[in-house]
Amino acid sequence: MIPISRNNKNSGHLFPLIQRQILSPPLIIIIPSSKMIHFVLLISRQGKVRLTKWYSPYSQKERSKVIRELSSLILTRAPRLCNFVEWRGFKVVYKRYASLYFCMCINQDDNELEVLEIIHHYVEILDRYFGSAYFILDEILIAGELQESSKKTVARLVAAQDSLVEAAKEQANSVSFIISQATK
Amino acid sequence: MNPFSSETRLRDMIRAIRACKTAAEERAVVRKECATIRASVSDNDNDYKHRNLAKLMFIHMLGYPTHFGQMECLKLIAAPGFPDKRIGYLGLMLLLDERQEVLMLVTNSLKQDLNHTNQYIVGLALCALGNISSAEMARDLAPEVERLLLFRDPNIRKKAALCSIRIIKKVPDLAENFVNSAAALLKEKHHGVLLTGVQLCTDLCKVSPDALEYIRKRCTEGLVKLLKDVVNSPYVPEYDVSGIADPFLHIRLLRLLRVLGHGDADASDCMNDILAQVASKTESNKNAGNAILYECVETIMSIEDNSGLRVLAINILGRFLSNRDNNIRYVALNMLMRAITVDSQAVQRHRATILECVKDSDASIRKRALELVYLLVNENNVKLLTKDLIDYLEISDQEFKGDLTAKICSIVEKFSPEKIWYIDQMLQVLSEAGNYVKDEVWHALIVVISNASNLHGYTVRLLYRAVQKSVDQEVLVRVAVWCIGEYGDMLVNSVGTLGIEEPITVTESDTVDVLETAIKHHTSDLTTRAMCLIALLKLSCRFPSCSERIQDIIVQNKGSLVLELQQRSIEFNSIIQKHQNIRSALCERMPVLDESSYSIRRAGSLPAVASSLQGSAVTLPNGVAKPSAAPLVDLLDLSSDDAPVPAPSQGNDFLHDLLGVDLSSGLSQAGTNQTQKSGTDALLDLLSIGTAPASSSFSALDGLSLGQGTDTSISALSGLASTSTAMPATQPSSLVGNSPMVDLLNGFGPSEQIQAEENNAAYPSIVAFESNNLKMTCNFSKQPGNLQSTLIEANFINKSSNVYTEFIFQAAVPKFLQLHLDPASSNTLPASGDGSITQKLRVTNSQHGKKSLVMRIRIAYKLNNKDVLEQGQISNFPHGL
Repeated sequence: MIPISRNNKNSGHLFPLIQRQILSPPLIIIIPSSKMIHFVLLISRQGKVRLTKWYSPYSQKERSKVIRELSSLILTRAPRLCNFVEWRGFKVVYKRYASLYFCMCINQDDNELEVLEIIHHYVEILDRYFGSAYFILDEILIAGELQESSKKTVARLVAAQDSLVEAAKEQANSVSFIISQATK
Repeated sequence: MNPFSSETRLRDMIRAIRACKTAAEERAVVRKECATIRASVSDNDNDYKHRNLAKLMFIHMLGYPTHFGQMECLKLIAAPGFPDKRIGYLGLMLLLDERQEVLMLVTNSLKQDLNHTNQYIVGLALCALGNISSAEMARDLAPEVERLLLFRDPNIRKKAALCSIRIIKKVPDLAENFVNSAAALLKEKHHGVLLTGVQLCTDLCKVSPDALEYIRKRCTEGLVKLLKDVVNSPYVPEYDVSGIADPFLHIRLLRLLRVLGHGDADASDCMNDILAQVASKTESNKNAGNAILYECVETIMSIEDNSGLRVLAINILGRFLSNRDNNIRYVALNMLMRAITVDSQAVQRHRATILECVKDSDASIRKRALELVYLLVNENNVKLLTKDLIDYLEISDQEFKGDLTAKICSIVEKFSPEKIWYIDQMLQVLSEAGNYVKDEVWHALIVVISNASNLHGYTVRLLYRAVQKSVDQEVLVRVAVWCIGEYGDMLVNSVGTLGIEEPITVTESDTVDVLETAIKHHTSDLTTRAMCLIALLKLSCRFPSCSERIQDIIVQNKGSLVLELQQRSIEFNSIIQKHQNIRSALCERMPVLDESSYSIRRAGSLPAVASSLQGSAVTLPNGVAKPSAAPLVDLLDLSSDDAPVPAPSQGNDFLHDLLGVDLSSGLSQAGTNQTQKSGTDALLDLLSIGTAPASSSFSALDGLSLGQGTDTSISALSGLASTSTAMPATQPSSLVGNSPMVDLLNGFGPSEQIQAEENNAAYPSIVAFESNNLKMTCNFSKQPGNLQSTLIEANFINKSSNVYTEFIFQAAVPKFLQLHLDPASSNTLPASGDGSITQKLRVTNSQHGKKSLVMRIRIAYKLNNKDVLEQGQISNFPHGL
């Protein structure tokens, strides 16, 4: 649904944001601590955001700040280093696939290796089933917790919902439907 | 429908935004798009709803405001068809969060959708509810979700289980409603349901002790059997991850067993065998296997003692640590940190490897390793470890130096076996990374030097050598300048030479050279220069032969644009020229600085000095059995394990604190506040101590000028110095009248001081409120000329090990009082006294002198997402407020 590729830099709005940041007091980010995954980000190698999913409440300002901080932290890391960065008392597990960085934010004491496995799980499904990254993610995580460990099941569920949408579209375009609408 | 609409397609919009060359251009495109979407929204244009929302989500992701789109989400959700709802819910989850009130409007639609006949629509509603539900929604919709836990399709049951987690976290009271159905989920076969069911049980156990008891009793055996089945299950392609069947389920089962086994010997017993099997049989050459081992080790560490299993676990960590994969090493360091409480000897065995990790090229690993080393230090290995860390300081990255320096300083202070070692190490750190050393650390160093009278000569010679090599390390220069000012004569005369020293010959003029270089060096800031001036003044007395040259250097600053320097230069010059008779008394060596009062002050006012690790370090057993006989260790043991904030009456606010202490020690003079606003008062203060009664005015002035609330960076030394003198109140008039220092102080009449004294009569700080979790201290001050009103500065310290969020302080007073609350400094209170919230209050007492203050308080905050309310009455306000 939201296409996954986009070229221009989001420096477009970077400047006004920085200005605002100087004027306003630093944002305090509060994250309830019991959740497994606080947010998921997909960032391109150039620092453009491709997907964001927030399981903890952040205002839009905070979201931009988080994205800015993390992309500068993660994109600058050399290859072959470990896949974890510590950030504001949390840990961000990231992994690069092609030119995309998949990042998930977790608590200090969560299992980083498992989160790497979850990222891989997500990537494999994305690879296997060509659909919206958002809808697939919603079949994998709810409330920051894993809901399904079978790739096949996730793909099947997303496919079923996609075909529901297709069917609805077809119906809307069918001649009989247009006539029935017109004569209503 | 208008086929000629100017609306662009989503793809076209993205293309247009991509093509923008500048920020302004992008903003213009977005503005235009937003305008079209708004227009389309107000026309109620049904054909473009999807597209509009998709565009809005994209625009939102770029960071632009999209509030006007929120209602569109709600409309789409309320529409009958699946496609509309699907995109509506997606938008809802992205554009809104639980804190927005608009969200309440969606409750009804959610309720309907949860009861929908189409299971995919039910799934959408569950997903949205699970991701962004607020507490109110959770309460309203809990019955629906509870019912869906029994739904025929397993894919709905699993969603409902995760949704339930959100509900019980938001409203823990509801936990009991879910326990039975959650336990039932554990008997299912479908992996998705099992996965989420186990997760739900884990969270139920965390929020409700009853649930924990219930699940422990009824399910432990079943779970152990389930784990056994999963571990031994044959190859199932659907769940296979690199040869392991469903590692995610493994991990969740281990996690639930951990919660059940913790604090319960029977349950722990029950799971021993399977844990041993997992720990020894799991394949560790792939990430999935290691993730399971990680979880297994965690579980072994937290269930009740079984030494055999623990050996197995520690061995796994040892293997992790020597793994070549950076991820595994990182994880190992992290877990060893937790294992240290269980078996510190076992962790010590890996010390060499851990120390190597401090030098790793990966910042994350370095940081972890450093924290771990910090915990490993004890009296026996401190010398070895410190040497290694300091050697590494030389070659470490710039951005790592800050952390490393702070940790080394903290280790040296905490475990130093003897003063000479402490001084040696600190000087090495200052030479390598002086610019990263915090103020309180070098202040403490000066206190220690001052107390080590047999090492004065040694120290000043060491500093003399060091400062020649590392002129750029400002803090080193400061300490050197201070020591040269105090002990410059020992440098020249080689007094108190220790056997280990190489002999050096330093002339008086060499010594002055150092000061001249320092005062003129481009990196020297105001503090350093001011310190140089004092040192010069002191040397002018000790080195008569250089007196003229010193005077020249001092005079050069007469025209300084910085008021502080200009004033010092003029005053010192006049001391040298006109007041020979008092000069030697004025320039005497500082009396020994009082270590204990400094350490109390420092501990009270800077609870987080010893690094952010304190919170976790508090409970760890390193550093126990410290020889309390060694006063130095004691003094500097700020990070003392059991008493993080030993001075209850001292809040965080240094300024007021300082004022209070100064004034109570006998304020006698009022005066030059307006000239003393720099961060260097402390130095003047130091000087004043050394010169005894003649200049008692200085320290008193100091107190006042600080009381003015100038935004200076106040040196901790200043307070220290003035307290340690404990000066009796000298008669102001006689002093001013008789002293030859009139010219320094002219123009300050006694009337002013009396008033100042009256207004600032010291009110002691009080502990206004204290519970198991929280401490509130108050400092008081009065505005000059307004006796009725009192400024109260309340400080809140979190005594628990959890962060408090949404912290709100409320207060109520009787009618004869008026209360004004300023905004608090923050609404988040870090754990374990690792910071505080400051709240200023202004109280006006209309019955001043007749009635004293009294106040009711209410403090609300969230602890682990649970609302906590504490109330109390403060009636121990000092009299006369």
